[in-house]
Amino acid sequence: MSDQILEMTDVTRIHGRGETAVAALKGVTLALSPGEFVAVMGPSGSGKSTLLNLAGGLDLPTSGSVRVEGTELTRLSPTAMARVRRRHVGFVFQDLNLIPSLTAVENAALPLELDGRSPRAARAEALESLTSLDMAALAGRFPDDMSGGQQQRVAIARALVGGRRLLLADEPTGALDSETGDAVMRLLRQRCDSGTAVLLVTHEARHAGWADRVVFLRDGRVSDSTTYAVEPLAAP
Amino acid sequence: MSIRNGILALLVEAPRHGYQVKTDFEERTGGTWPLNIGQVYTTLARLERDGLVTVVTVVTEGTGTGTGTGTGDATANDAGRIVYAATAVGRAVVREWFTTPVHRTRAPRDELAIKLALAVRAPGVEVAALVQAQRSEAVRSLQELTRLKVNAGDGDDGDLAWLLVVDSMVFQAEAEVRWLDHCEARLVRAASARPPAPPATQPATQPATPATQPVTESAR
Repeated sequence: MSDQILEMTDVTRIHGRGETAVAALKGVTLALSPGEFVAVMGPSGSGKSTLLNLAGGLDLPTSGSVRVEGTELTRLSPTAMARVRRRHVGFVFQDLNLIPSLTAVENAALPLELDGRSPRAARAEALESLTSLDMAALAGRFPDDMSGGQQQRVAIARALVGGRRLLLADEPTGALDSETGDAVMRLLRQRCDSGTAVLLVTHEARHAGWADRVVFLRDGRVSDSTTYAVEPLAAP
Repeated sequence: MSIRNGILALLVEAPRHGYQVKTDFEERTGGTWPLNIGQVYTTLARLERDGLVTVVTVVTEGTGTGTGTGTGDATANDAGRIVYAATAVGRAVVREWFTTPVHRTRAPRDELAIKLALAVRAPGVEVAALVQAQRSEAVRSLQELTRLKVNAGDGDDGDLAWLLVVDSMVFQAEAEVRWLDHCEARLVRAASARPPAPPATQPATQPATPATQPVTESAR
């Protein structure tokens, strides 16, 4: 039954204990199928980033279950969890975290090398990932010699290298102008159409518009959601 | 005014008859402003009265003159149609229109702003729920607009005019969501700044929006 890429069930995350305990997330259930694009919106402090960190195994819930590609994260050792992250989860953040002294292809190959893949094999896969984002020509460039939009493409290529199917994005267009930001969203959409599941945290409604489903968080709970019915649209 | 000037701009480009004006206007603006043919003829008559356009040809059945009909060939369908062209004064008006910014006079009459302004004081209205319902609606329309863009092959030159119109609707919807976020934050802050309502008047708790309950309480 579980062909879900991400399955979060009744997830609660409480920071601190006793009197000072703060619940960042309260009983949130969320699942992503292959090819699904879900955006999470909500005011500051509503639990958006906590949700993303839990989905990617960067944090553990106080209660509830988080499964990535069928693996229950809450029962894993830190080492095993790191392995799941490396193999299955790609992250894209507002600050791209590209390493300036590495070229585009070296940056994109990094997760595979960290996972023990030979530099040669990692490079080949990184090049493939860059090619799928139309970045093959810039593979040898350093981040500083690229535009913001190009750097974001490299970050996405790195996030998806090695066939990872879960992409977690936290305001990935924050530093970009609106046209370049739209281009990045279009890319994410295309990745979804080829089977990747994308969970996007954003406060920009325009970007949430690219998603199949938009989940609104408020005080750690899902307060509402809108699903876009996937029907062929007639051109006006 | 925008429709009058839009029609005039089309006639500056090339002379057209009424039906061409209607179809070309709708095509250029992506069907955002469907025009009723009666409205087009009334506008053309006013433009002629004001000396902004002039009649260049009357296409009659069988003649097929089609003098300067611009976008379309004169066919049997054009029978009995009057072709209009912009005058020098009309051209000047269009030039001025394109070089003058549009005044944002529409905003104060925005239905949503009026609704929210009244809802804040209206008894028994869950303002937070109203805000969220509106936000969901705006996001849903953003999802639709985005899909339209994707299906139209975003970035294609031929559709550039239409895509710009869709983008304008996208940015309007986004602005509405930002404004709603802002309203909500203000309402929450205003509610927390006021003393809590006496327990006796406390309304039944709405489980869906527990955190925003104080808003409606203090709005009473």
